[in-house]
Amino acid sequence: MTGGAIISGPPQGMARLDLEPHFAYLLRLGDDNLVLAQRLGEWISRGPDLEEDIALANLALDHLGVARNLLTHAGEVEGRGRDEDALAMRRTEREFLNLILCEQPNGDFAHTMARQFFVDAWQVPVWEALSSSNDPTLAGIAQKALKEAKYHLRHSSMWVVRLGDGTEESHNRMQAAVDRLWRYTGEMFVGDHVEEAMVEAGIGVDPASLRPAWERTVAEVFAEAGLDRPDDEYVRIGGRVGFHGEHLGHLLAEMQWMERTYPELQW
Amino acid sequence: MVITLEDVVRVVASVEDPELPLVTIEELGILRRVDVDDTGGIIVTVTPTYSGCPATEVIRDSILAALCNAGYHRAEVRTVFSPPWTTDDITPEGRRKLEAHGIAPPRRLLALDHPVLCPRCRSGSTSLVSEFGSTACKALRVCDSCGEPFDHFKEL
Repeated sequence: MTGGAIISGPPQGMARLDLEPHFAYLLRLGDDNLVLAQRLGEWISRGPDLEEDIALANLALDHLGVARNLLTHAGEVEGRGRDEDALAMRRTEREFLNLILCEQPNGDFAHTMARQFFVDAWQVPVWEALSSSNDPTLAGIAQKALKEAKYHLRHSSMWVVRLGDGTEESHNRMQAAVDRLWRYTGEMFVGDHVEEAMVEAGIGVDPASLRPAWERTVAEVFAEAGLDRPDDEYVRIGGRVGFHGEHLGHLLAEMQWMERTYPELQW
Repeated sequence: MVITLEDVVRVVASVEDPELPLVTIEELGILRRVDVDDTGGIIVTVTPTYSGCPATEVIRDSILAALCNAGYHRAEVRTVFSPPWTTDDITPEGRRKLEAHGIAPPRRLLALDHPVLCPRCRSGSTSLVSEFGSTACKALRVCDSCGEPFDHFKEL
């Protein structure tokens, strides 16, 4: 599918992540959820209706919970005494390893739901695979997250269909969101030495192996929604080694402001 | 003092969920085990309902407070994720209390084709308003017979 695509990634010298693979792997998974939770939280009090406002907050809460569990575990694996707060609030932009997709701005509601759908359709097979990880803590977190991800996927799929198969205006907006975000989806299926080491150890999953399940879900939902799958002309990667777009820094500035201003503040 | 496991379990099991009226953590099915180690330290093992359930930390503090009030000062609460909690872990008494307080209890996972009953009039004709309700674990429904809007503890 990505045979002829131009893959745009980090400059030479940034491409290899110099972290212990198990720690890096947990950070990657944790940061996806933390950054996405922060984005979803931006909708609170601004949802299109009350029910959806509450739904977005609930999605954010689930992702935040998964992030907390993963970052707590990452800190234990690292063994340098960093807890979830230290990892979430005192790392810089270049130390965040989330997918670039997760940091994309909310845009209109169609953008938010397209982003959510792409992530949900990927996280379901991720958590399925990791439910039998050799890392028992990761397996437990994945088993729990899987139930939630299935619920999220049902919700985001419903909106992709409802908007895609709705009015001309809603259809055009959903197709525009899909076209705009598509370039960031390829990163979900690209691994490096971190994933290789984790597959080798029976802890992680090969990202490329997740693609068929994801493509199947996307094809089914797009068919029902009357949406076109964009071509893979251009794939943007780099988030997994800390090379982000312009948006993450602004997100972190807001998220980390309190901790940066009043270090170790307790509520 | 002599610590017996039975006494400790009684104290821990009666701790209530902060967001569900009168339902204890034992009835909710999130209390996994209670152990007393060789030195008399108490270890309570719980599992969360949802990954991000904000009640988790309140429950931990409530357990420690209940033990402290009962005279047990050396205790810790551990969280496990596996096997994941399911709504099938809610006991019959827990389900009865939920319904008595206007929250439709979750259906058994093998009986999802059964209707969700209105907790007020018991009608089986109810509609989903939103899959997400006042807490992570609840959906919002409305009764087509008596018109009552109600929370449904959604199946997980």
